[in-house]
Amino acid sequence: MDALEIARWQFGITTVYHFMMVPLTIGLGLVVAVIQTLWYRTGKVEYLRMTKFWGKLFLINFIMGVATGIVQEFQFGMAWSEYSRFVGDVFGAPLALEALLAFFVESTFLGLWIFGWKQLKRGIHLACLWIAVIGSVFSAYFIIVANSWMQHPVGVTMVNGRPVMTDAWAVFTNNTAMVAVPHTLFGALAVAGAFLLGIAWYHLWRRRHDGIDTVGADGRAVAGEAVIPGRDKADYKVWITSLRIGAVVAMISFAGTAFTGDLQGKLMFEQQPMKMAAAEAACHDGTGFSVLSVGNLGSKSCNDIVAVIEVPGILSFLAKGDFNTEVKGVNSLLDEYKAKYGTHLPDNPLYGDRAGQDIQYVPVMEVTYWGFRMMIGFGGIAAFAALLALWVTRKGMVPQSRWIMRLAVFGILAPFGANAAGWIFTEMGRQPFVVAPNPDASGVDQVFMFTAAAVSPGVSAAELITSLVVLASIYAVLLVVEVRLLVKYARGGVVSAMPELAEARSSEKKEKKDDDGGTPGAPGQPGDSDDVLAFAY
Amino acid sequence: MELLPTVWFVAIAVLWTGYLFLEGFDLGVGMLMKLFARNNTDRRVLLNTIGPVWDGNEVWLLTAAGATFAAFPLWYASLFSALYLPLLIVLVALIFRAVAFEYRGKVDTARWRTVWDWAIALGSFTAAFGIGAALALTTTGLPIDSNGDRQGGPFAWFSGYAVLGGFAVVAFALVHALAFLALKTDGEVRHRARRWFVRLAPLALLPLLAWTVAVQLLSGKPLTWILVALGVLAAAGAWVLARRGAEGKAFGALGAFLVCATASIFGAAFPVVIPSTLNPAFNLTISNASSSAYTLGLMSIVAAVGLPLVIAYQAWTYWVFRRRVSAAHIPPAHGFLPAIAAKVLVGHAAPGGPAAKHSPHDAGE
Ligand code: HDD
Ligand code: HEM
Ligand code: HEM
Repeated sequence: MDALEIARWQFGITTVYHFMMVPLTIGLGLVVAVIQTLWYRTGKVEYLRMTKFWGKLFLINFIMGVATGIVQEFQFGMAWSEYSRFVGDVFGAPLALEALLAFFVESTFLGLWIFGWKQLKRGIHLACLWIAVIGSVFSAYFIIVANSWMQHPVGVTMVNGRPVMTDAWAVFTNNTAMVAVPHTLFGALAVAGAFLLGIAWYHLWRRRHDGIDTVGADGRAVAGEAVIPGRDKADYKVWITSLRIGAVVAMISFAGTAFTGDLQGKLMFEQQPMKMAAAEAACHDGTGFSVLSVGNLGSKSCNDIVAVIEVPGILSFLAKGDFNTEVKGVNSLLDEYKAKYGTHLPDNPLYGDRAGQDIQYVPVMEVTYWGFRMMIGFGGIAAFAALLALWVTRKGMVPQSRWIMRLAVFGILAPFGANAAGWIFTEMGRQPFVVAPNPDASGVDQVFMFTAAAVSPGVSAAELITSLVVLASIYAVLLVVEVRLLVKYARGGVVSAMPELAEARSSEKKEKKDDDGGTPGAPGQPGDSDDVLAFAY
Repeated sequence: MELLPTVWFVAIAVLWTGYLFLEGFDLGVGMLMKLFARNNTDRRVLLNTIGPVWDGNEVWLLTAAGATFAAFPLWYASLFSALYLPLLIVLVALIFRAVAFEYRGKVDTARWRTVWDWAIALGSFTAAFGIGAALALTTTGLPIDSNGDRQGGPFAWFSGYAVLGGFAVVAFALVHALAFLALKTDGEVRHRARRWFVRLAPLALLPLLAWTVAVQLLSGKPLTWILVALGVLAAAGAWVLARRGAEGKAFGALGAFLVCATASIFGAAFPVVIPSTLNPAFNLTISNASSSAYTLGLMSIVAAVGLPLVIAYQAWTYWVFRRRVSAAHIPPAHGFLPAIAAKVLVGHAAPGGPAAKHSPHDAGE
């Protein structure tokens, strides 16, 4: 493998990894903020417990988003210096603004939220969480503005071979970004929805399994209590409420992704027709959306791909909003691309060994075809499962089946898969360009950059392979650590995030001289100790 | 000399100074986790002094990098690609450090804590060293060619300045953290931190001073030499104040020393952002490395509004958490409390029956 390929693998791996943490951070952050608001409004104990429990999981995940994000920020300069030089004038701005206007807000106010339970008034404490969460939405906006400019460069003119920003408004209101942002946010909420649903299901199942909750004669759940800290009736409410919130969020967010995704499809048809064709693995012009295509998608020629099941008209609808617009296939586009952007990479040392080679305009179709379908499929499955879950639990109880419980927990992964597939499709469908040409606006069609020219010329393949191996192995280890902690605290239930529940009990017991002792964490001297300090560390 | 690139050169110097000032003490506290803290309670005191703020401090680094990308893309591209391996190590250090802060308390065993304590201490040390080295090299020179790319292989950046800069930031961070702890803690830790500070400061501030002087010798100007002199005064002042027990003032004076040092370093380097050690004609300067006036103008407006805001709400955070932390505030570590225990005692829950109304400890007794 040469430097370029390694750099691409590295970018792909680190970003997809970062984006496993990101949607959970955004989605769960929003959900926790809403729940804490409910607590603030109603004072109901279950909302407080939900805030603490989901907040704990949120923090365990959040930190991994932070840790892996720093790599992203540095990587453009380290591995993609030519890219950074080329696009810096327009691409650097949203990145810097993300740090200045979003990361500062997020990190500072989240610190206040974590440690401020006692120091701050309740309303201010809640406001801090909201500010942090809104900060993360802004960070999504800024970074996607940057990414959208690579998909659809606007607001620039070429000066000395580099794009120079002339219209910031156009860059920051890029239509590609305006639909990608809500799409990604809905995608993030889908993750949070399935997360709540799966974990809450597990706890309800567990309570039923342990005989705490039972089913009454009318088929409705009867909440019980066990002599274990935190497993009281409020605990039942925690889980059934979480389950319902999760399911509703998952469904709404799928509707949201479908709606915004449809808009994205229309833009993609105008802006990156080759990506559209590759998503369909369609050789020839047509109107049908293939549900299943067979043949060697990996081959560079699409002539041996056969659409087995095809729904007529849908592709046109996705692209244009009617049922009979011909969507161009790979074959006709290939000629157009060659005419516009050349047949061979320029004979320039920046391209290294690739200088002068044929340009491969067709992205890897296995990836684009299946990526597109996996994104929609996984998201759809999660939403359908959420609907079923709401129906099944309408009487407040989950089925006894262990397997259904496992399925619900396993289903947490589906929206993660949809997000990853969506990004992989978007990014790989853009190849061979790192900045895709923008055919819809006259004048800027010639603003583009081939990925082959983007990698750092001074950095050797050996350095890149070192970093790839180092980062990938650290990420693998940390993923195991994170997931284990998440599982541990998720299974631990509310007390694991609220030790005070157990302490309250044990100190009550002491008062009653009911000396069975041995409860861990009983406060010795309540005196000056500050529980918040234990909340985090 | 163009105005906007100069403004942004200053802005980036300010961001780096803010970073070294703020993250300086949390990097130092991280290292002190192994050097200074004697037991787990000490370590938790240390952690809690920086707990609410370290992530906000780290964003100064991200903003410095992001602003460099936006304002001087060629500087960002050349510096980051030339220092590929050292920055990789910095990244690894920052990853472990961040994760360690959050995960250290999540499992209550000594072994788990020891692992993450080391991650914090080594991560802090390595990050401080690497960032110091990178900053030193951007002010003293890298072997870059006419395109700004490093020549001579993965380690061609190495020079004595890298080592000097690394030690400068590490040693500064250590004493800065001691001054911070004297200000932020109470009890034994506070007094010990002050003693350590008085003993170590005269030695530990020398490397930073040496780097400052080295840059002056390369490209100093009268004004920046004056800054160096002021810095020496501030450092001496910090030492005297700390001996007298004026913790707040000592911390402030140390900050003034840092500001003088970075100002004299960046001031001396100006207008070159990376000197080329191959050929001065390849130097990256604020004019040949900067973005367009349009972009810089836009960024200026946003920064003029955004940066004061950031400073205001970060200052507020320090105000909210102004209370000194001491061992007495640290509650006993919570053992992990799972809701699901092996033995489950159930209050019999006949539908609507009276048992359901019992309070938890009555059930099953
Ligand atoms: C839970 C996640 C999720 C779900 C259920 C969907 N998507 Fe999606 N999709 C993403 C997560 C995602 C993403 C990760 O957020 C992407 C990658 C880049 C982006 O902006 O969003 C994306 C990209 C993306 C693109 C590419 C845009 C471009 O390349 O410019 C299109 C056309 C769609 N999506 C369309 C859809 C449609 C029609 C969906 C449903 C019917 C859908 N997506 C569901
Ligand atoms: C929103 C900000 C993003 C920006 C600015 C961005 C930018 C880039 C750049 C510069 C590359 C390397 C050049 C290339 O190979 O095309 C790349 C590749 C890639 N990115 Fe993104 N990306 C972003 C988000 C994401 C996310 C969130 C994901 C996935 C979760 C992702 C997945 C990938 C993949 C899989 C590749 C490799 C594609 C290939 O090399 O064929 N990207 N992206
Ligand atoms: C490849 C481009 C990307 C870069 C350069 C990048 C940069 C970063 C950085 C530096 C952090 C750490 C901030 C901190 O320390 O507080 C971070 C975290 C985060 N990023 Fe990314 N990111 C990228 C992709 C994305 C995308 C596509 C999204 C959203 C859709 C996103 C949203 C977030 C969020 C919500 C966090 C959580 C933690 C936090 O900020 O503070 N990022 N990112």
